Amino acid sequence: MIPISYYLILSTIIFTLSIAGIFLNRKNILVLLMSLELMFLSVNFNLITLGNYLGDLTGQVFVFFVLTVVAAESAIGLALLIVLYRNKKSIDVDDLSELKG
Amino acid sequence: MNVELITFMFFSTLLVFTSIKVITSSNPVLSAVNLVFSFFLSAILWLLLGAEFLSIILILVYVGAVMVLFLFVVMMLDINIAKKSAAYIKYLPVGLFIFVVFNVLIIFFIINTFENIDYNAVKNITIISDSNTENLGFVIFTDYLLEFEIAGLILLLGILSAIILTYRRNSNNKYQDPSKQIDVSKKDRLKVIKGLKE
Repeated sequence: MIPISYYLILSTIIFTLSIAGIFLNRKNILVLLMSLELMFLSVNFNLITLGNYLGDLTGQVFVFFVLTVVAAESAIGLALLIVLYRNKKSIDVDDLSELKG
Repeated sequence: MNVELITFMFFSTLLVFTSIKVITSSNPVLSAVNLVFSFFLSAILWLLLGAEFLSIILILVYVGAVMVLFLFVVMMLDINIAKKSAAYIKYLPVGLFIFVVFNVLIIFFIINTFENIDYNAVKNITIISDSNTENLGFVIFTDYLLEFEIAGLILLLGILSAIILTYRRNSNNKYQDPSKQIDVSKKDRLKVIKGLKE
């Protein structure tokens, strides 16, 4: 049996990588959304690991619902991205500072 | 070194490498393909944890639907592939700093906390068969039925909002407007011409 901390450390590494990705890819909202997907993946990893080690199915049920919500979220996010590109011809985060006084 | 540990080490190392490639590659298509790889690798690791249904769902829903959606958007947007810009170099130390600090903090916490955990504390699992899918279905359709319905509603809202956001009305379309149809009176349509003789 693999120790539980191995899985938790793996999901920690993926989570911090996705946070670093949000800091690095300021030019491209698309890659920001992909970093968000990685973040959800690491959270799901935690839920499944702890559910498995504690012998409880609730963790897997939660992952099921998280997958549903994430699918809806990415569909809406990509739709917003397409509307943004139609209006501004760019997906750079720096071009979105229009409300700045 | 048993087989399980070797499998875990191999696939988790690959998973970390593909995740690094997702956030560092300058081409969004390469990022999307690497994200697909990392979903496949985590599906394998979820199989190792005994979550068979969810690992298949991860491949079917994520790789089959969400990532294809991402790739379509990448191809639709016609963005030029940016070189490593000045902003990237500027934010690289911040990203590295956050990566290292968060990792050290959380890993320290994990190693200290989960050493002496009692794994047999929670054992209220309702086992009706050996199959993970059957157990999961049993739990979802009994204990979590309301949440299941709400999830369906959220998916419906996702469909509607995505369509409404991206729908462009074409002015060439011929469609009926019921209020105009009701407003029509006889003299708009019928014109009596008098004095016309053969």
